[in-house]
Amino acid sequence: MGKQIINVSVNGKRLEKAVEPRTLLIHFLREECHLTGAHIGCETSHCGACTVDLDGESVKSCTHLAVQCDGSEVLTVEGLAKGPLLHAVQEGFYKEHGLQCGFCTPGMLMRSYRFLQENPNPSEDEVRAGIGGNLCRCTGYQNIVKAVLYAAAKLQQTERAAA
Amino acid sequence: MNAPIDPKLLERSAALQGLGDSRLRKEDARFIQGKGNYVDDIKMPGMLHMAIVRSPVAHARIKRIDKSEALKIPGVIAVLTAEDLKPLKLHWMPTLAGDVQAVLADEKVHFQMQEVAVVVAEDRYAAADGVEAVIVEYDELPVVLDPFAALEPDAPVLREDLAGKTEGAHGKRDHPNHIFTWEAGDKAAADAAFDTAPVTVKERIFYPRVHPCPLETCGCVASFDPIRGELTTYITSQAPHVVRTVVSLLSGIPESKVRIVSPDIGGGFGNKVGIYPGYVCAIVASIVLGKPVKWIEDRIENISSTAFARDYHMDGEIAATADGKILGLRVNVIADHGAFDACADPTKYPAGMFHICSGSYDIPAAWCSVKGVYTNKAPGGVSYRCSFRVTEAVYVIERMVDILAQKLGIDKAEIRAKNFIRKEQFPYTSAFGFEYDSGDYQPALDKVLAAVDYKGLRVEQAAKRADPNCPTLMGIGLVAFTEVVGAGPSKMCDILGVGMFDSCEIRIHPTGSAIARMGTISQGQGHQTTYAQIIATELGIPSEIIQIEEGDTSTAPYGLGTYGSRSTPVAGAAIALASRKIHAKARKIAAHLLEVGENDLDWEIDRFKVKGDDTRFKSMKDIAWAAYHQAPPGLEPGLEAVHYYDPPNFTFPFGVYLCVVDIDRGTGETKVRRFYALDDCGTRINPMIIEGQIHGGLTEGYAVAMGQQMPFDAQGNLLGNTLMDYFLPTAVETPKWETDFTVTPSPHHPLGAKGVAESPHVGSIPTFTSAVVDAFAHLGVKHMVMPHSAYRVWQQLKESGVAL
Ligand code: FES
Ligand code: FES
Repeated sequence: MGKQIINVSVNGKRLEKAVEPRTLLIHFLREECHLTGAHIGCETSHCGACTVDLDGESVKSCTHLAVQCDGSEVLTVEGLAKGPLLHAVQEGFYKEHGLQCGFCTPGMLMRSYRFLQENPNPSEDEVRAGIGGNLCRCTGYQNIVKAVLYAAAKLQQTERAAA
Repeated sequence: MNAPIDPKLLERSAALQGLGDSRLRKEDARFIQGKGNYVDDIKMPGMLHMAIVRSPVAHARIKRIDKSEALKIPGVIAVLTAEDLKPLKLHWMPTLAGDVQAVLADEKVHFQMQEVAVVVAEDRYAAADGVEAVIVEYDELPVVLDPFAALEPDAPVLREDLAGKTEGAHGKRDHPNHIFTWEAGDKAAADAAFDTAPVTVKERIFYPRVHPCPLETCGCVASFDPIRGELTTYITSQAPHVVRTVVSLLSGIPESKVRIVSPDIGGGFGNKVGIYPGYVCAIVASIVLGKPVKWIEDRIENISSTAFARDYHMDGEIAATADGKILGLRVNVIADHGAFDACADPTKYPAGMFHICSGSYDIPAAWCSVKGVYTNKAPGGVSYRCSFRVTEAVYVIERMVDILAQKLGIDKAEIRAKNFIRKEQFPYTSAFGFEYDSGDYQPALDKVLAAVDYKGLRVEQAAKRADPNCPTLMGIGLVAFTEVVGAGPSKMCDILGVGMFDSCEIRIHPTGSAIARMGTISQGQGHQTTYAQIIATELGIPSEIIQIEEGDTSTAPYGLGTYGSRSTPVAGAAIALASRKIHAKARKIAAHLLEVGENDLDWEIDRFKVKGDDTRFKSMKDIAWAAYHQAPPGLEPGLEAVHYYDPPNFTFPFGVYLCVVDIDRGTGETKVRRFYALDDCGTRINPMIIEGQIHGGLTEGYAVAMGQQMPFDAQGNLLGNTLMDYFLPTAVETPKWETDFTVTPSPHHPLGAKGVAESPHVGSIPTFTSAVVDAFAHLGVKHMVMPHSAYRVWQQLKESGVAL
């Protein structure tokens, strides 16, 4: 199968790569870009472990082809922190014990990151619905929900401080 | 009156972040930044990828395997079948249960999705193409899925390799499809109790097949170095040392040249204890090809072929007095172990800890029997988030106690209180011969009943039952369970002849920081955090500068790994005792430095000080430095210790759980209104982590009780092996959990800690069933089979004539 050249920005870095048309975005990120933060839990769009941000939307990178991302901007968990400064969702997960084995965490973080932009001041039930596409087998979600609410409060605080 | 505590002391103690502190997890930094290091993240130069050809049918003879098309595919390097493994004597392997299992199907397949061939290729896409191109012809055989049918005299012989063998790993086999019969307790005494008791109850309690389903599937990267003769394998394993021993026995490579590394593991829950054919094939492929080989299972393979749990058909019987005092217990089980007996039970307990089925109750006479049976299903019988089958045991006793209460018209809480082993009876020896270390059940029950206003709930329920227009049925589930964890004493527990001790090696560096290496391996339990907390308290070194390392057999001392909540009860004790060895040496050094006798010193948080003189002391930091350049004459330099801890007994954490459900009479949907979980795991090392594990265990219990199913059709096809069909709850369905605790330390554990992570799973599953059945109790329903999905519950509503 002939390879196809794609241009993508991954975590703010522009890349030009030749990929097989059938290459999945998750494999592209993990194998070609050496970004192993996004994980593979099912490869069928059910678990959310592979969630990344694509042009401002949460997507499950196991069911996107890399060639579909030509010209797009991808953000993965590796791009979430600004230098040494953790993003509020990362801090929330740490402070509220929102992870155990950590396997779902990168996907959860990326989904929470996007969700809080869609809904900056969510109720608990809205958080639960907002992360409903991401499975976690360890935490029972209770602390993940707390973590997202922590991040929401923190982000709003920073916004108020900036205003 | 006590003197006020010196604030300086408090500050010093808090700075250590030791026992009892909800210290935030040290491991999180890497996970939240995408820097975890799971098996699939590992890459090696020249690494090849392996994928598995699996059988589409459940029982068949293999007529022909044709590799030629697959080998033509660009990138495909090799295709291996049983014929290729035969000259190496690697086509069959021993299981952890004393059976043997085909690594690649040897002329016959025994279950759907069994491993038939492997394809090794340059990348994962080529390997997948190769799998598609391997042609296998099957001659189908009659399929046996029901363990009762498997024991019929004329049932097809499933394991032809065992034909004529009347002796199995655990005694006599009386039928070609029979694996073992295992009995515990005193049958004559139990029978006598049943002969004379005024009341008896009996019920068949089926515990369906479920799958642990951690989010990360199984996998490995095997790398054999032909020049050095060394094998390194990164593997998703809960027991890396055991894997190394088995790999060495299988391959003939000396154990000292086999290195097994369990890096970060994405959840285990019992799924990652066993040794799977995929691991063995990747290792063989690496040895044969001289290159690193990666195999990562996909989700469908994971659900279909690795580590099922349960599938127990349990006949429970209780004999009692008319006022509900239990006199006798009998449990008879037919256990479906699938095609190979591949569970990891201790050698002496082929049915695991099933004889904990007397639960929290003082039962004078008890007997249980478990018959293991082969069927055409994937190898089952693993301990899913429990110590070797405590889940099933607790399920049967708690269901039976409910059934007895219902028959006698006694309240669930009252009948439990009446039968509890009382505080003053501990240490208590059960009718099965287990010595329960400590327990105090009544206060736990009282606390839960008060917290939820149990009486009020019953009044509300009575009012709803009286109202024919009420749109819901309300049910209250109550369970008071006792677990047995901390496997285990090597006199009772071993795997393949290796005793189930655990180990810890601690080194204090000259500058006072420490490293501890462990025989266990975390799959999310937060060992790096809690283990350091134990050392911090024992040795007065701040948690932050204590490094915990585990999972690498080339550096860690031998240990039996992490499953069955054994890390804290066994490895935690090893840490405490290794620390105490160092503490004793540190005292000698301090006495030498301070020029006093050892008995003239007091230990205070992080220092030895001269009795009665606060100004003369040596901190652990001072002592660490001195250990490397001014050790007292006759004492070896350095400050390190290793301890192999063989526990004197199991530990017996317990809990009382209560659940309130509202069932929609129109749809059968069950809403969990409240779930209150009180756990007593003895001394609590990190309350935050304990609570997190309880949430997780409750959620997995909820999944099992309310939705998980592994349905097979008559041909042995598993009808749901993706996450589309197999229910894993999301944040939306998952109930909110309320947690509580009491503390009853273990008298024989150096810290009093008992272990907790599986309790919520073991305890919650019968609680959900208890609640759902209770909603129908006034309609004469005694028991309902899990999972309590809306459809099943709706069927019950219809049957009971109350569907809207
Ligand atoms: S791996 Fe993409 S959703 Fe599971
Ligand atoms: S933390 Fe293990 S899957 Fe979420």
